[in-house]
Amino acid sequence: MDKFEKLQGIAAPMPLINIDTDMIIPKVFLKTIKRSGLGVNLFDEMRYNNDGSENPDFVLNKPQYRDAEILVAGDNFGCGSSREHAPWAIKDFGIKCVISTSFADIFFNNCFKNGILPIVLPQEQVDTLMKDAEKGANARMTVDLEAQEITTSDGDTIPFEVDAFKKHCLLNGLDDIGLTMEKATAIDTFESRSAQSRPWV
Amino acid sequence: MSPKTLYDKIWDAHVAHQAEDGTCLLYIDRHLVHEVTSPQAFEGLRMAGRKVRAPEKTIAVPDHNVPTTEGREDPAQMTEESRIQVQALDKNARDFGIHYYPVSDIRQGIVHIVGPEQGWTLPGMTVVCGDSHTATHGAFGALAHGIGTSEVEHVLATQTLIQKKSKNMKVEITGKLNPGVTAKDITLAVIGKTGTAGGTGYVIEYCGEAIRDLSMEGRMTVCNMAIEGGARAGLIAPDQKTFDYVQGRPHAPKGAQWEAALAWWKTLYSDDDAHWDKVVTIKGEDIAPVVTWGTSPEDVLPITATVPNPEDFTGGKVEAARRSIEYMGLTPGQKLSDIEIDTVFIGSCTNGRIEDLRAAAAILKGKKIKDGIRAMVVPGSGLVRAQAEEEGIADIFKEAGFEWRLAGCSMCLAMNPDQLQPGERCAATSNRNFEGRQGRGGRTHLLSPAMAAAAAITGKLTDVRELM
Repeated sequence: MDKFEKLQGIAAPMPLINIDTDMIIPKVFLKTIKRSGLGVNLFDEMRYNNDGSENPDFVLNKPQYRDAEILVAGDNFGCGSSREHAPWAIKDFGIKCVISTSFADIFFNNCFKNGILPIVLPQEQVDTLMKDAEKGANARMTVDLEAQEITTSDGDTIPFEVDAFKKHCLLNGLDDIGLTMEKATAIDTFESRSAQSRPWV
Repeated sequence: MSPKTLYDKIWDAHVAHQAEDGTCLLYIDRHLVHEVTSPQAFEGLRMAGRKVRAPEKTIAVPDHNVPTTEGREDPAQMTEESRIQVQALDKNARDFGIHYYPVSDIRQGIVHIVGPEQGWTLPGMTVVCGDSHTATHGAFGALAHGIGTSEVEHVLATQTLIQKKSKNMKVEITGKLNPGVTAKDITLAVIGKTGTAGGTGYVIEYCGEAIRDLSMEGRMTVCNMAIEGGARAGLIAPDQKTFDYVQGRPHAPKGAQWEAALAWWKTLYSDDDAHWDKVVTIKGEDIAPVVTWGTSPEDVLPITATVPNPEDFTGGKVEAARRSIEYMGLTPGQKLSDIEIDTVFIGSCTNGRIEDLRAAAAILKGKKIKDGIRAMVVPGSGLVRAQAEEEGIADIFKEAGFEWRLAGCSMCLAMNPDQLQPGERCAATSNRNFEGRQGRGGRTHLLSPAMAAAAAITGKLTDVRELM
């Protein structure tokens, strides 16, 4: 997995609440058997018109946000399906950090497995960052995972919380499966105990 | 011993390892797999030279992509991409030695209907699947939730998940339901009250007389949509109805093992003085037959209501409601029962079980759907379909003018050929009304099977109580 340490980049504002996984990556693009190449279809139905042309009003089609690496979004981002295609598409587009007041549980976990940092902040601070993001390409935010701090384009800093284990994995680009396999003895023990206590499983 | 919730009890029975910061390795008893979210996970195993740790606890079935029309065993019926995904699952199931129900097997169907039907899902288990509607299995008092593809790979390789415990939320539905009100109305009414993020960070236990009165099918409908309320999982404590449903199923325990299992299952309930982080109570008698008007499952109102005005909301919901109403082609103040529909879809892991088909057929019996309406019923599994045919329900649907399809996810998420056209309006028994969910530009109103049948007859959203 790619490491996430410190990111300085353009933030795109998406104040809409309940941005769901069907908006992030519509199901027609779930038929792939690969993880890559989905960035071109990120937010497909909002980003492109019915004839396939770009919708110039959509934030990521605006010249100042085409290279956005941070997304500031409304409440409950990523609700809906478990499809990891959603974070795959976000990552493939080039976005590595999403900031909102809340995230859907499965999407939130999926981000961490793909080197994306989802940050939860109170409404007031999301509003501040949304305003900052609306300034466009001149407004570059900095997200420092080690320090757990966001710096706005004006130099103001906003601290954020992150689970210590998830932070450790992101900072070091660690593979979960490898880490769990180091605990194989514990799993073996659980399985043999369980075979006695719950043999029907 | 301190009092525990049902969730606490199941959690404690499955912790294989706990780190100092509370991060746990939770052991997984059943891993269900389908063709859309698994190919990259199996590919990951191959690249790392890893095996499936517990193939005997891993069950696969193709459901999302499969056509629901006759002759679908012929791969030419699928688009090339769908065919590649289904064939990848065929190969992965064979290569890794996991249980498999191919398209040609009568037991094939939607993964969340097949699991319980075959007795794979049992009380007190942990059940995961790369699909958010895994919450369905919580109806058995199993801790069941959706996972992403990286976690699918993690479970395949280690039979565990890295988890932190969620908070406990109790949703109590007291008293009796009025006639015409179903499990679907309960689960939508709860989301209408709590919002789609109201359950975030929680595992919900549904309880109360109205929940106890539901059949297992109804309980599965309620738990299925726990995820639409943002919860990690929904649970219902197992009782005699649960045990009766499970007993005798192909993979349920038998003999002495059944007795041992039953003894443990009977301890699976929340203790009287257990701690709840959040409690929501709704009177059963206050729940009406409901429909959704917008593009989020929280946009739910009784069928007797009118389309809301965006200005009635606060915060970000004002703009979201405005966008929804425009997308849905509605007008604030319009009566919901005046909304004309083009299509009716009965099926999905929410409402594709035998009882759902019976409820719709009871309304349709001896009637015809309105001219010009496209109506389809997609049973949740081959076995549900066969049972409906045996009970004469299939004939009622066909005589009313419904298409009688083969099992699959179908138009719930429209990954197969069953899709809405732009602007087409559908009364659907499925679980999501998101923009584009049933096809680009398609408009979805969620409702119960009986309400869907009523809409098919009149050609508009209809209060089913008028047809009872």
